[in-house]
Amino acid sequence: MSVFEGFRFRKISSPVHDLDPRVKFLYVCVVFAAAVMFSELLPLILLLLIQVPFILLAGVQRAWLKSMRGASLLALLIFVMNLVSMYLYQGQILLEYSLGMTLRFLVLVESFSIFFLTTSPDQLSLALEQSHVPYEFSFAFTTAVRFVPVLAEEAQTIMDAQRARGLELERGNFLKRVKNYIPILIPLIVNAIRRSLELAEAMESRAWGATEKRTNLYVLKMRGGDYALALISLSMLIMAIYVRLFLPIPSITTLLRL
Amino acid sequence: MIEVKDLYFTYPNGVEALKGVSLTINDGKFVAIMGQNGAGKTTLVKHFNGLLKPTRGEVLVDGVSTKRASVAQLARKVGFVFQNPDHQLFCETVQEEITFALRNFGFKETTIKRRVTWALNLLGLTQYRQTSPFMLSGGERKRVALASVLAWNPEVVILDEPTIGQDYQQKETLRQFIVQLNAQGKTVVVVTHDVEFVAECGPRVVLMLQGRILAEGKAEEVLTDPSLVAQASIVPPQITQTFLGLTDLGLPTNVINVHDASRILLNILEVTQ
Amino acid sequence: MAIIEAKGLAYAYPGRTNHSIKDLSMTIERGEFVILTGPSGCGKTTLCRCFNGLIPHFYGGKLEGDLTVAGLNVPGHSINELASRVGLVFQNPENQLFALSVEKDVAFGLENLGMPREEIRKRVDWALKTTGIEDLRERAPHELSGGQQQRVAIACVLAMQPDVMVLDEPTSFLDPLGAQRIFEVINGLNKKLGITVILVEHRLDLASRYADHVIIMDKGKIILDGEPRKIFDSEEARLIGVGIPKVTRLYQFLKEQGVLLGKVPVASEEASQLLREVLVRDRG
Repeated sequence: MSVFEGFRFRKISSPVHDLDPRVKFLYVCVVFAAAVMFSELLPLILLLLIQVPFILLAGVQRAWLKSMRGASLLALLIFVMNLVSMYLYQGQILLEYSLGMTLRFLVLVESFSIFFLTTSPDQLSLALEQSHVPYEFSFAFTTAVRFVPVLAEEAQTIMDAQRARGLELERGNFLKRVKNYIPILIPLIVNAIRRSLELAEAMESRAWGATEKRTNLYVLKMRGGDYALALISLSMLIMAIYVRLFLPIPSITTLLRL
Repeated sequence: MIEVKDLYFTYPNGVEALKGVSLTINDGKFVAIMGQNGAGKTTLVKHFNGLLKPTRGEVLVDGVSTKRASVAQLARKVGFVFQNPDHQLFCETVQEEITFALRNFGFKETTIKRRVTWALNLLGLTQYRQTSPFMLSGGERKRVALASVLAWNPEVVILDEPTIGQDYQQKETLRQFIVQLNAQGKTVVVVTHDVEFVAECGPRVVLMLQGRILAEGKAEEVLTDPSLVAQASIVPPQITQTFLGLTDLGLPTNVINVHDASRILLNILEVTQ
Repeated sequence: MAIIEAKGLAYAYPGRTNHSIKDLSMTIERGEFVILTGPSGCGKTTLCRCFNGLIPHFYGGKLEGDLTVAGLNVPGHSINELASRVGLVFQNPENQLFALSVEKDVAFGLENLGMPREEIRKRVDWALKTTGIEDLRERAPHELSGGQQQRVAIACVLAMQPDVMVLDEPTSFLDPLGAQRIFEVINGLNKKLGITVILVEHRLDLASRYADHVIIMDKGKIILDGEPRKIFDSEEARLIGVGIPKVTRLYQFLKEQGVLLGKVPVASEEASQLLREVLVRDRG
């Protein structure tokens, strides 16, 4: 599960953590768009490197490396698959192209990782609320995140309880193993439903749905740094479009020959 | 017999829950493991059926180290009734629920039938044989969970916080049941923070604090010692608290239940009257 | 002045044939600390859910009879309207907290009501201070112990400044020390802020010292209703099977043998005092 560690929010005090999540999300979208625009190695390497200062500024290097390590297996798979399929379709080994596809994937993982590492679920839900997403959705999101550790613990308890009745989860062929998970899944689901009922009772008791215009304890305000990042992101986007449309991009092989 | 030898246990998240616990529970004994929430009580008993394996130290069940046995093998001897029956119940009928463990342990069909009927009878659940466990009340579900464990007749029965959410009558019934189980020769281990319940049962008490055993002894000695009680942050039984306020009048301090208290007081008053 | 008035109250959950509460009548005065108890299945949880309108609005079905809470007739007002007069704290602390920080949870009800931000901020700070959990402000619910979570749940309800607080077995999952702390918090709210408290509890040895009014239910009906000491000492209470405080039992055992204490004790300190009087008198 270490790959998930690369996406879990870290409570660190850094300028990146303090940025408005909506602006951070804009940045991620811009990187996404730029990455999709190019399949050449040079711009993709640039995109990969351009994010490193953010990682360092946020102080999340170690966690980010974990996400990259987790993604490396998939990256390798993408590389190999591209190589093989291009060979089958076009009869040649397109090294740069395959590397390019792999890099594109890594750039995306990198930017999403930075986003989730520096944005707390609380901020995320606040961003959703203030972006005029219906409150029901951001509430569902926050509640889901809040209960993930609880459900994980409950799943473990249920497994323990059933193992204590002689259920052996490690033994048997594939079919038997799948069947053995029924005594785990049913209590998990039934308890989740019971829990939802209790949650609904508590919500209702605290005036859920009392008014259409729901207020909020916190409000997201754009500050200097946010405007700066927004500006940077937009200029990156413009540059990327310009380069794509008007400038020829040399491949690495040509560069190396020079 | 369960032997715990200098047991240390650290959870994967780095929390050291047990710090050098040593304990022996002989066959046929009745033990209450007590302490605040978080003292390590449940962590300790989960080693008795192998759900947790020691980080350091050893746990031996009838001479066999739990490190070398599977949970299924140990569970055959050590039955564990979890706190929340809803973490176990998943079958369509109460009968199937009780059959589940018996099948896992490889009992013959004829034996299974017999055992199921016996367990249903024992817990007063015969009329619910074909009922879905999800349709039963909280108290009834607890009984189904208990029946499903007793059905395979383990030598040791561990009950984790059996009194939570129970009303007085249910606790009384449970208490009598546990005493009966013990009288039939089963080793009974109850993990609980309910002092009044323990005061009524009178088992041997193992008091835990922050992953260590603070004290071990008779209930009336452990639960009435002011320094132990203060350290372990437990609330002594009401009767004990009452008598602790009367030590200057020469009253004994090791009283935990109403009957003993009343007897002692009547004796004192009769004598000086 | 009565804050809760019930006359001939009856209710059956939809789909069930038998009534969970039958012909129930009672009066609760403003500022009282009421303990509501009885064997499992007696209807006390059902009654609690009537107080804030979960019955009939959330559960459906028809609530027969009359029920007025803080001046509002229950079936005629929505749960939202009742929420600012009656707060309900449930048994399981985990399932009452939905936000990712304590602060946001306490603010939840106020946000729902559409209060202005400054008012929410003020009330949240006040609720956290009153329940003694200011230091837990930024913590996530999953990091808290059961006792801490329940105090947060109480703060969540308190922030809405209700006239009545109903607590349905709030200490079930807590150890005795945690339970004691919760009772102290609740008692503080009752004695210092004048909030009427209705506490459903089985743990009478820990809770009864705070009560000035006890109601015992059985099989959907109110069997005993009145002054705590009289009720706990009664034969009926013992027959219903309620866990009367051990010191009260001691009082009864002694009385049977002709030894009479000054009054019926419900807590250990007063039992000590009363026994002291008898023992000293006896020696002298």
